[in-house]
Amino acid sequence: MSWPVNQVNYFSSVKAKKRLSTIIILSFLIIGSIVLLFPIWWMLSTSLKSMQEIMQFPPTFFPKEIHWDNYVKTLQSAPFLGYALNTLFITVSVVIANVVMNSFIAYGFSKIYFKGRNALFMIVLSTMMIPGFVTLIPQYVFFSKIGWINTYFPLIIPALFGNAFFIFLLRQYFMTIPNELIEAAKIDGASHFYIWLKLMIPLTKPALATVAIFSFNGAWNDFLGPLLYVNEQYMYTLQIGLAFFKGHVSTEWNYLMAGSLLVLLPVIILFFIFQRYFIEGMNITAGTKG
Amino acid sequence: MMEPPIKTAIHSNQIKKVKRKSSLQRKESLQGYLFIAPWLIGMVFITAGPLLFSFYGSFTNYDITSHMDFIGLKNYIRMFTNDDLFWTSLFNTLYYVVISVPITVVAALLLAVLLNQKVPGMRIFRTIYYLPAILSGVGVYLLWMQLLSPTGLVNTVLDWFGINGPAWLFDPKWTKPALIFMKLWSVGGSMLLYLASLQGVPKSLYEAAEIDGANAFQKFRHVTLPMITPVLFFDLVTSTIGGFQIFQEAYVMSQNGDGGPANSLLFFNLHMWNKAFEVFDMGYAMAMSWILFVIILVLTIINIKLAPRWVHYEGEKNS
Repeated sequence: MSWPVNQVNYFSSVKAKKRLSTIIILSFLIIGSIVLLFPIWWMLSTSLKSMQEIMQFPPTFFPKEIHWDNYVKTLQSAPFLGYALNTLFITVSVVIANVVMNSFIAYGFSKIYFKGRNALFMIVLSTMMIPGFVTLIPQYVFFSKIGWINTYFPLIIPALFGNAFFIFLLRQYFMTIPNELIEAAKIDGASHFYIWLKLMIPLTKPALATVAIFSFNGAWNDFLGPLLYVNEQYMYTLQIGLAFFKGHVSTEWNYLMAGSLLVLLPVIILFFIFQRYFIEGMNITAGTKG
Repeated sequence: MMEPPIKTAIHSNQIKKVKRKSSLQRKESLQGYLFIAPWLIGMVFITAGPLLFSFYGSFTNYDITSHMDFIGLKNYIRMFTNDDLFWTSLFNTLYYVVISVPITVVAALLLAVLLNQKVPGMRIFRTIYYLPAILSGVGVYLLWMQLLSPTGLVNTVLDWFGINGPAWLFDPKWTKPALIFMKLWSVGGSMLLYLASLQGVPKSLYEAAEIDGANAFQKFRHVTLPMITPVLFFDLVTSTIGGFQIFQEAYVMSQNGDGGPANSLLFFNLHMWNKAFEVFDMGYAMAMSWILFVIILVLTIINIKLAPRWVHYEGEKNS
């Protein structure tokens, strides 16, 4: 008779232990979340305060008076809308170029056999090690000699020639697509171009989404490129515009934070829309590795 | 499965087989080159060409407009003997790399382990922890300039614990820790990488360890850690390479890229930038870029050479 009782006790103690560890882990996670999210809250709250309230010490966590007009003033004191359109144009061009070209190149490196393929792929990998600044100055010289200064060409055109990291990422992913699929399509008379377009692209959407998101982020946040190649204010991107704005309003933190939040907002929104897709892609990648 | 019919067809005519096969192969190769052609063209014009130009240019007094005379090793000699800011920038960069790389690698790994636990609401936590990593650029730098201002949020929180916070970006001793602090906030990118690889560790290994009576720490030390060393190695190499190239943060967070109080934020790339695009001493700047290249190359080779001692690759286990 005592046997089943013991068993019940054993199970309930295991359950209690598990519950305790869940609570400990959860509390760590919640504290961490607060720490990580607080700066973003701080940005919002500062952007809505009056300058007087910002100067107070200790600082207030909630604005006493909410000044939505800070955003109006921010948008009035610098042409952020124009900057946003410029940035959007560059970013969309770069994302399309990156997704199409890198998957095209990665297909060549993973699904077609040709002589010297592995050696060339080693070169792709080794280019990742070259510090950007080594090629930056000659590229600047080159682009300025062909008259591309103060145009968006230096920011967009290089994306047409692939990016080592994206080629690597997509190639790894393409390798997990069975070769039998390609062979079968070839026997049916499909060309490599057709297989890439109609078979590979639909099959590798999660990886392409990863490339799209990474390159969106890269182009949207690019500071160095526009700083170097764009001189006219009407051509500024958001990053340059924001840095310029900092010099303009110096320490008026409510305007600076309003501007910063406006620049970061599209990234935050896109993150929440595509995030599930993105994590899914990472999980699939990890799953195929394991 | 598809081979037999082809084989029999070819069998009927030996000569045709050889011819057809080689022409097929040639066609295949040609298509292969076609697919990688965009990269190849970019490689020549955007990478190899500039690399050669930069290498030659580093031995000249190039200034983009008037002259490009060969001056031998003068740029390199000037750098090592007659430019104090070169040494300052090298020191600042080394300081930053040596402190920030281990801290961010460990933090990313620990967070990944935490986010790999089975508790309710994990999806939301992963989103929150990853969010700061996707935020970058000038907006983030301005935010941290506000957070780290002497009477800002960070010092207010420190004050609750009775700690008198430093002046961060205004104190030469604290500018680099301030930047590392900021970097730590956005550690979610490599965290996600570790998380993906943690989820790839086969469950059977943990079950086997449990049967052997391993506790949680032993399982982490002897199962998890060896299994994720390839990602650890990748993260270490890439964040070292990235760390040496820190530029934007310092450019934006110090007044007009002047390198901050007492040149404490004058990193290697910032000094190089000022030489190239402020005073147009481009030959010298290109020489500097090659020194950085050599440093990164040597460190990467050391990393790769040391890897077999601690990196565990699944494929090599049985050999």
